Amino acid sequence: MKLFSIRGGVHPEYRKEQTSEKAIVALPMPRLLYIPLQQHVGAPAEVLVAGGDLVKKGQMIARSQGTISASQHAPTSGRIVSVTDVAAPHPSGLPQTTIILEPDGKDEWAELPEPIADPFAADLQLIRERVARAGVVGMGGAVFPAAVKLNLGTQYKLEILLVNGAECEPYITCDDRVMREYADEVIDGARIVARVMGAPRVVVGIELNKPQAIEAMTKAAAPFAEVEVVGVPALYPMGYAHELILAITGRETPAGKRTAEVGVVAYNVATVRAVHHAVRFGRPLITRVVTVSGGAIREPKNILSPIGARVADLIEFCGGFSAPPARLVNGGPMMGEPLPSLEVPVVKGTAGILALTAEETNAQAASPCIRCGSCVTICPGGLSPVEMAAFIRKDNLEAAARLGVMDCISCGSCSWVCPSHIPLVHYFNYAKGALNDQERERRKSERVKTLAEVRVIRVEKVAEAKRAAMAARKPAAATAAADAPPGNATASTAEEKTNA
Amino acid sequence: MLIAIGSLTILGLVLGGLLGAAARFLAVEENPLEEELKAILPGSQCGQCGYVGCGQYAAALAKGEASVTLCSPGGKAVIEALAKKLGVTADLSEHEEKVPEYAFINEDLCIGCTRCIRECSTDAILGANKLMHTVIIDACHGCSKCVKVCPTDAIVMVPVRVTVANWHWPKPEVEHTQPKSEVAHVH
Repeated sequence: MKLFSIRGGVHPEYRKEQTSEKAIVALPMPRLLYIPLQQHVGAPAEVLVAGGDLVKKGQMIARSQGTISASQHAPTSGRIVSVTDVAAPHPSGLPQTTIILEPDGKDEWAELPEPIADPFAADLQLIRERVARAGVVGMGGAVFPAAVKLNLGTQYKLEILLVNGAECEPYITCDDRVMREYADEVIDGARIVARVMGAPRVVVGIELNKPQAIEAMTKAAAPFAEVEVVGVPALYPMGYAHELILAITGRETPAGKRTAEVGVVAYNVATVRAVHHAVRFGRPLITRVVTVSGGAIREPKNILSPIGARVADLIEFCGGFSAPPARLVNGGPMMGEPLPSLEVPVVKGTAGILALTAEETNAQAASPCIRCGSCVTICPGGLSPVEMAAFIRKDNLEAAARLGVMDCISCGSCSWVCPSHIPLVHYFNYAKGALNDQERERRKSERVKTLAEVRVIRVEKVAEAKRAAMAARKPAAATAAADAPPGNATASTAEEKTNA
Repeated sequence: MLIAIGSLTILGLVLGGLLGAAARFLAVEENPLEEELKAILPGSQCGQCGYVGCGQYAAALAKGEASVTLCSPGGKAVIEALAKKLGVTADLSEHEEKVPEYAFINEDLCIGCTRCIRECSTDAILGANKLMHTVIIDACHGCSKCVKVCPTDAIVMVPVRVTVANWHWPKPEVEHTQPKSEVAHVH
């Protein structure tokens, strides 16, 4: 297959050898599981249980609410300890509502929905419902509810379902292992998704640094004419859907638009496997494979972890730290975010946990920009990081927005390549957050304006109605000699009534 | 026939001319700047600037009678936008940027007098006579007018909570190492 060249990109050391030959091992059930109501993009799920409730494995414990949301399920049987605020696996470490579950050790399944025997003949709506019910979200990092994405096929004419097995982040090997060990499940899930979306072709994109995964997937895909496995050059950030689509189809997704606009939708390999489980067995998404790696981990592993296990449980399972970690990262070293503590849980979007030594992080103080232009050359978004950062430093967010800072995907290539160690991507993360804040403010002030205007109209209407009522009463009241002048008291009561 | 046409034509011309003249000489002067300034202001008519509402404040601003720093709910962003529009430099030394706040009614202290409901310009308070009141956070823009009228001091302003959903990274503090300017000291 002819490949197209992508824009920009960098070549960080893979450092995948620490875990790439480690088969997936299951984590022994921890003492407690912490399941946040929000592990996805959109509205948090609505809690269905309370402290003291007994739940079975796979039972829905929080239901999706609103159009973009996902349900949460009990990863094992046990007792709900409480529903309370727990630090989130988020750089801020702020609390979020979390269900705490104490496993009973029996691991008893709840009654699951009837498996769909032949998903290639079943009603599409039934499959969509099953995926929604299973709480499947994008497991490559975007954590977008998979069921919502399935509906894209009704709005766009799709040609290709792209299964994203690029896994371009250094250290992380969970998708590599899933493809090697469960290739059939991945291909089956992909074919189901493609059918629901109405995409005639399935292309699996895998970076060439994972030859075993390519081999396993090619073998699994062999019986199906519509499925094709493609090896793509190992170039960070190849795993970014827009880049992978550009490399495979030559189509560039317009800024701020969905990839469906160019007829392609991308799903991560772990996500399509979760769809396979949901459709073929009725099983919800309650586990995921997490790569625990880094120089400070005694025995790096690929762990099949129940959702809700603490990071500390996983690290303990890996024999703890062999050296004091300089940095704890949630995700890969390029796009991952610092872990606020070891007490936060593994969630549906946790692909990796890294404990890096000072040598690995290679943190250095920033020095002035030497105008080398490297960041401009490697930016996969075609942006000009040096200029944007200069504006942001001087608090001119508007100018940075004009240069397209909102199109930055925070891949971190610019920070990685900068010879002056300027934390470019930090500036963009800050600017994107601050601009989003401004947008929220603007929307709120618009809403407030409307509310104030509506109120003025209403108050006038009430006054008008009162005057009319007075006028109507006048002829009758004229006979009743003393006609008391209308006072303010009556005016305010009328208003109160409407307010109430 | 001719007389009828002629008289109607003359009538039309005279009346049309009158209307045209009236439009020119009796026109209400409207300052386009006023409208633009009004669009910048929050528009909640809270009156904290000392004027009746945003329109009146905008008019005063357009005439150059008012300072740009009076709008309290608008904060620094509005002050800067007004200053830019008017081409003046805003004196921000007196201005203290507040974190966004909303009103909170302590329900144990609320006696249900509805005074705050009448005061609220965005209908953000829900309640009835002798019944407990509460604030709809999404509709409250933090003007704190209700706090002033509450007879039992049941209303307090609380900062909008930072959550995982609205948190964002702070601006990176980079100490750029300055090249040593030895030459400057050696004369």
